[in-house]
Amino acid sequence: MADRRKYVIPGDIVTSGPFRPEQNVILEGNNIIATAVGISEIYEDSVKVISLTGKYLPKINDLVIGKVVSHTSLSWELDINSCYIGFLPAMDVFGRDFSTHADELSSKLKTGDLVAARIANFDRTRDPLITISDRDLGKIDDGVLVKISTSKVPRLIGKKGSMIQMIEMGTNAAITIGQNGWVVISCETEEGLSKAKKAVEMVNEKAHIANLTDLIKDMLDVKDES
Amino acid sequence: MGGRDATMVLLDENGIRCDGRKVDEPRKIMIKAGGLKNADGSSYIEFGDNKILVGVFGPRDVHPKHMSNTDTGILRVRYHMEPFSVGERKRPAPSRREIEISKVIKEALEPAVMLEKFPRTAVDVFIEVLQADGGTRCAALTAASVALADAGIPMRDMVAAIASGKVADTIILDVNNEEDQAGQADMPVGYMPSLKKITLLQLDGVLTPEEYKKCVDVGVKGCELVYELQKQALHDKYFGNRKD
Repeated sequence: MADRRKYVIPGDIVTSGPFRPEQNVILEGNNIIATAVGISEIYEDSVKVISLTGKYLPKINDLVIGKVVSHTSLSWELDINSCYIGFLPAMDVFGRDFSTHADELSSKLKTGDLVAARIANFDRTRDPLITISDRDLGKIDDGVLVKISTSKVPRLIGKKGSMIQMIEMGTNAAITIGQNGWVVISCETEEGLSKAKKAVEMVNEKAHIANLTDLIKDMLDVKDES
Repeated sequence: MGGRDATMVLLDENGIRCDGRKVDEPRKIMIKAGGLKNADGSSYIEFGDNKILVGVFGPRDVHPKHMSNTDTGILRVRYHMEPFSVGERKRPAPSRREIEISKVIKEALEPAVMLEKFPRTAVDVFIEVLQADGGTRCAALTAASVALADAGIPMRDMVAAIASGKVADTIILDVNNEEDQAGQADMPVGYMPSLKKITLLQLDGVLTPEEYKKCVDVGVKGCELVYELQKQALHDKYFGNRKD
């Protein structure tokens, strides 16, 4: 439904009628009004606006990259590039038989460590609860952190992961994308690493360009063959 | 603020004002979204000879902690005039007037921003007036609203603002510094154009009930002009090289 897409700013009337307001829209009388700068999309029964700016707001089940800021005797605090601090309880790492005097938190995660984590629970009354007890989650041992804008994460992933797959194939790098706009790239070769980093940064800068996929492809392929 | 010039004609017989504008003509307005790298959102406005820079931070942690609200986010606004913004050096400490304008702008923005989505956080708006020439509060409010949208703070509507007033017994749009000093009334209006709601209305001077109504109408019409420019500024930044 390409013709149903529109560029909107806060206050613009996206449409009117019996639609269900989803993200970044509100219902005002009979009109559906955008609340963010972005692209509006109208589906059969719902309307949403994909925001182009703004900070990361935690959502349950999001994969995020966090940086350990500090810890108490019971939990770690993670910077997740949001207005809230991520809360990682020690029980999540040590298991149920965790005891405050037997286990030392800094033996597992130190300040400054990066972790791939999932938002386990979040509501407006408390800081987001984070878990790393799942496959592919946990401490990140190697790789470089690249920070991109939160609103460009979907662009970096691409349709059904097409963009990120392409970058990974083209450079042989393993890329972990956090929904909070932090991306960790690890690669065995120095060359692949720098190339993948460049590609990710390019997506961040040129996210609005329509043929970005071709651009990235050119960048990766041309250098592969030369 | 320059002394009064008794010989100055505020409105001549052809309906032309002291700076050559027509009665319902605003000054030249230029708005730019973005520009500050370290702020989450920013904007710059030139409103006639006013030059104002706005930076928005947040939503972010509230310091001091006791100011935070568990039900909603809070909005903090600082309006500040640079020492070099006016003819004679202004002392940089916040004056009574600046504290008042900060509060007024904050309350004019509050109906638009949806801070209930971010409990326990604060959104900080820093307004720096680089050059002042009458009507800074309206220009600052207009720019602040663009900067908030640039920062991605959810908003019900933009807030556009402009002053209307009375000079030589005539209702005029966009009061400049001379007209403010020597005129009969000055009425800053802040308006949400899509929701059709007024968020700021002040009046300095004396108006009859009829003049008052006309003044509000003129102000609201002016806000709609300003709104188009706000829209353009955001479009230029975000959709500049895309077709609509």
